[in-house]
Amino acid sequence: MSELAATPLPGQPAGDAGPVFREPWEAQAFALAVELSQAGHFTWNEWARALSEEIKAAQTAGDPDLGDTYYHHWLAALERLVAEKGLVIPDDMRSRRDAWERAYLDTPHGRPVELKGKS
Amino acid sequence: MPGDDHLHNHDHSDVPSDLALRVKALESLLVEKGLVDPEALNVLIDTYETKVGPRNGAKVVARAWSDPAYKARLLSKGGKAIAELGFTGRQGEDMIVVENTDTTHNMVVCTLCSCYPWPVLGLPPVWYKAAPYRSRAVRDPRGVLADFGVTLPDSVEVRVWDSTAELRYLVLPQRPPGTDGMSENELAALVTRDSMIGTGLAKTPSTKGST
Repeated sequence: MSELAATPLPGQPAGDAGPVFREPWEAQAFALAVELSQAGHFTWNEWARALSEEIKAAQTAGDPDLGDTYYHHWLAALERLVAEKGLVIPDDMRSRRDAWERAYLDTPHGRPVELKGKS
Repeated sequence: MPGDDHLHNHDHSDVPSDLALRVKALESLLVEKGLVDPEALNVLIDTYETKVGPRNGAKVVARAWSDPAYKARLLSKGGKAIAELGFTGRQGEDMIVVENTDTTHNMVVCTLCSCYPWPVLGLPPVWYKAAPYRSRAVRDPRGVLADFGVTLPDSVEVRVWDSTAELRYLVLPQRPPGTDGMSENELAALVTRDSMIGTGLAKTPSTKGST
């Protein structure tokens, strides 16, 4: 067996049932890109170009690109495209990310995590 | 992901990974701005997790094997013929169906990213998205096929189709021998995902149970 057809990567659902998402964030990122394109914020061509550029950039940076990092590239393309299209400002993405992290750290286990005082 | 490294404090909620936090940030900002509808996101995810998959494509192939008129429509206007069976949507609008014969074997790749006919095959498997397949499929298709356990006689020409954001391909595998008189449902059970990408063949009835 080779690198291609061989055993699936650890944790990766495989088989004829088709792949799904390994973690919820992959599904969310997938859906965001499809919805934004559907709503006309960018074309699917623009999306494919951004995604393939991110894949190339990751390869250049040393990612062996074996498919397990696919949604990392997907998210990078999404963040870049929403910024390029002026939908979300990069600084807002960063501060919101940190706000979510703080919210998780500040929320006792078992309680719903909510943002306090949005930035 | 929930780590085992809880030396600091047991009291707070498990902090998601950096990637998950970035997605949460993006989603909450886009929802607030009214640019995406959270309910639409849920519907979309549910669809791709539970309703769309290679069984759709298998039904298309089984119909084509059973109904010559349908097969003719499928080969001339792929997207339209597939929509007849109710399979429509993203990445399925412009579909070209390529037929395997005794002299031609077709194989599909997306060298740039991972364009894939979602409505009929669901989302692509990991290897389809991986660099080794994307680069080798064009350079050494017979080697790739051998890795998948498929060896074709030299007399069979291997054609590789490179998908784009606008054009996607579905392989119509050859109907296996010994399937005369089978119903469409029985035939569909012989059609694997890989046979519709071209990295495999349809199962023959005797190997039906194996993987």
